[in-house]
Amino acid sequence: MKLKTLISALASVLLIGSQVAHADKWGDQFPHIAATGDIPGMCSYESMSQKDYSGRTLTINTHAIPVMGEPTALHAEQFEKLTGAKVEVTHTPAGDLYSKAMVPFQAGQAPYDIVFGFSNFINDWKRYLAPVPQEYVDQMDGVSASHKAIASWDGVMYQYPVDGDRHYLKYRKDVIDNPEMQAKYKADTGKELKVPTTWKEYGEMASYFNGWDWDGDGELEYGSAEVMKKDDLMYAAFYSRSVAYAKNESTPGGFFFDLETMEPLINNPGFVEALTDWVDAVNYVPPGGINFGLGDEINSFGGGQTLFSFSWDDAFVAAMQPDSPIANQVGAAQLPGADKVWNRNNGMWDAKYNQAPFFVWGWAVGVAGKSENKDVAFDYLCFFANGANHQADIGIGRFGVNPFMEEDFKADVWTQIGWDADIAQSYVDTLADMEKSTNRVFPLRVPGTFEFNSALATGTAKALAGQLSPQEALDEVYAEWVSILDRVGADNVRDAYAVGVKMEDNEL
Amino acid sequence: MNFKHKYVFLLPGLIVLIGILIFPIIFTVRLSLSGWNSFNPGLDFIGLKNYIRLFTDDPRFWQSFFRLSFLAITTVFLQYIIGFALAHMVWKDIKFKRFFRVLFLIPMMTTPVIMTVIWRTFFHESLGPLNDFLSIFGVQPPWLSSPGLAKVSIIVVEVWQWTSFMFLLMLAGLLSLPKEPFLAAAVDGASPFKKFIYVTFPLMAPISIGAIIIRLIEASKIMDTVFVLTSGGPGTSTETSSFFIFIKGLREFQMGYAATASFTYLIIMIISLTIIVKVLTKVLMRE
Repeated sequence: MKLKTLISALASVLLIGSQVAHADKWGDQFPHIAATGDIPGMCSYESMSQKDYSGRTLTINTHAIPVMGEPTALHAEQFEKLTGAKVEVTHTPAGDLYSKAMVPFQAGQAPYDIVFGFSNFINDWKRYLAPVPQEYVDQMDGVSASHKAIASWDGVMYQYPVDGDRHYLKYRKDVIDNPEMQAKYKADTGKELKVPTTWKEYGEMASYFNGWDWDGDGELEYGSAEVMKKDDLMYAAFYSRSVAYAKNESTPGGFFFDLETMEPLINNPGFVEALTDWVDAVNYVPPGGINFGLGDEINSFGGGQTLFSFSWDDAFVAAMQPDSPIANQVGAAQLPGADKVWNRNNGMWDAKYNQAPFFVWGWAVGVAGKSENKDVAFDYLCFFANGANHQADIGIGRFGVNPFMEEDFKADVWTQIGWDADIAQSYVDTLADMEKSTNRVFPLRVPGTFEFNSALATGTAKALAGQLSPQEALDEVYAEWVSILDRVGADNVRDAYAVGVKMEDNEL
Repeated sequence: MNFKHKYVFLLPGLIVLIGILIFPIIFTVRLSLSGWNSFNPGLDFIGLKNYIRLFTDDPRFWQSFFRLSFLAITTVFLQYIIGFALAHMVWKDIKFKRFFRVLFLIPMMTTPVIMTVIWRTFFHESLGPLNDFLSIFGVQPPWLSSPGLAKVSIIVVEVWQWTSFMFLLMLAGLLSLPKEPFLAAAVDGASPFKKFIYVTFPLMAPISIGAIIIRLIEASKIMDTVFVLTSGGPGTSTETSSFFIFIKGLREFQMGYAATASFTYLIIMIISLTIIVKVLTKVLMRE
């Protein structure tokens, strides 16, 4: 027995020793993973170095630098060095990712072996993408079940998990938790300064902290940084503000549409209330904030310009980076809720506190079905998301790579890169609580998704610009959604939407 | 020479014409009669459904068209006035004439998209140099956040970029004018103002009409400036026809409907420009 234990211990030491040796070797060669070194696995640096793709050319269409575009290019360069393949990376603005893939897809061509986009493209793209081979799916042990599900359709995985996104609240901890500020706020408004739990509180605090130098850096600060630019993911920001008022757990059967009748719900009083709040928000965003896209929001909050922000992880991670002026001065919390929620069954407000997380899912990537380099393409994606790259990527805010592995939801991962323990804990708790929530909303993943979201962006942008009232704007969106349903076919939309509704209603 | 050989020599030109002009137009017309979208790709036939939708149920297209008309007419008018004035200035014998001639041409030589990115930075409301300077006087105009000022910003960028083109054409016109009418006017003792009104301007009328029409055709396609500077916003306040067509076709992937809007827009532009040429000819060349 003792001998067995001794051999086992010796074997473990040798195994760990060999891994450390790999880690040192690859970490030295590739500074990006210096902190962890290589992490063994099917697509590790060591494994990829065994492949020989000399003479093969891989083409990738990805987002503009930096968000997702920078890690794509970085890992392409590393992949070239390891495998001998040539990787050509094309960078495309977010708004054009869909069409840049769809035009050749519909023409039966595959100019790109790998196409990056958003996870809600899946319904339109899936017929043109190659399913992820089982051997790659089998090695995704660490990927959370919900992310595997969202990358799949009818049990077939089409999108390779590289990112996991949720919308949540980010706030300046040094202000909200500051006793002096709390006293000042109380004296001036008669209210408590705390992490806002409703959008009304969010608005009140953001208005109070708007347009003065509350952190003493000599610059003016503002209330909130939000994605308000039309055609730059503003629809997702609006959904985040809407869930509190319009996602009622007691009325299952659809958030965007009534699944039974396929009647759009987008202009019901819940959504109108959310848009009314959002129109007010124009008064407490930085100058020009109505034109903020995602990059502006990241830079604004991450650069210490605003008290609040809500959207993807990127702004939070950017704010926590060592070179940030507000490193370790920010906090994460659930999206604010509301003191009432619309009940579409009885056509009345339910007077109860309501909070609902919005899962945006974020970046997704697939391999073209007509690609002649599928083997290289899947190896590249597998390499992109390998343990070492993933751990390095999630710590760099501008990369846009956010938690989707079980491991990411542990505070240690974040304290290791310099986050304060309480901030790391609040961050992982926020993410984990969203996973546990039973009142979640998932993005629209139906045929014509882009049409629906574009119509919503146009309508809400008109309201933000003062061209229409919130009710008029959403009535216009409603009419447009009805005509999209007519064109695409209500039954086609219903079939796809039912999958999302099942997830929202906790039936999957 | 064999008569048929003439046609053989015409063939290359004909093939190019068919390839780059006739085929795309015919294909656009066919596409406009289909319901091609992201869910249903292909040239099915839905008759005039798209046209009916465009004419009866899409105020956004018409709003974008009228907005475009306003932007195009305003920018071309300003470009004409400024371009003509600058050309007139360097037509005379002034110091550093050559330097000014080159200087005024610089904006046209720059890449529109890159220059618009620079202008966007310039107009940036919290970080841009313009508001930084204006804050000295206590004002910080919302250049790109207010529907009215966003239009002004687009006009400024367009005028800055394309006045050079107008300047070039007008200078070429001025340099080609005959000297005799000016000598006759000088003998008659005409003042510089009268010389301009009664000699220069009428003589420049044909060139002016050509320059205005060329710029109107170009201005009616305003896209890159809008795309980079405002993305059609705030709201839809700076959305033009070409941007609307871009959104419908390449963002929402309503290819059939975008083709309908494109073809309708082409017809409207042909008719509008024909009328404008006739009106300008009548007004400017009435003598």
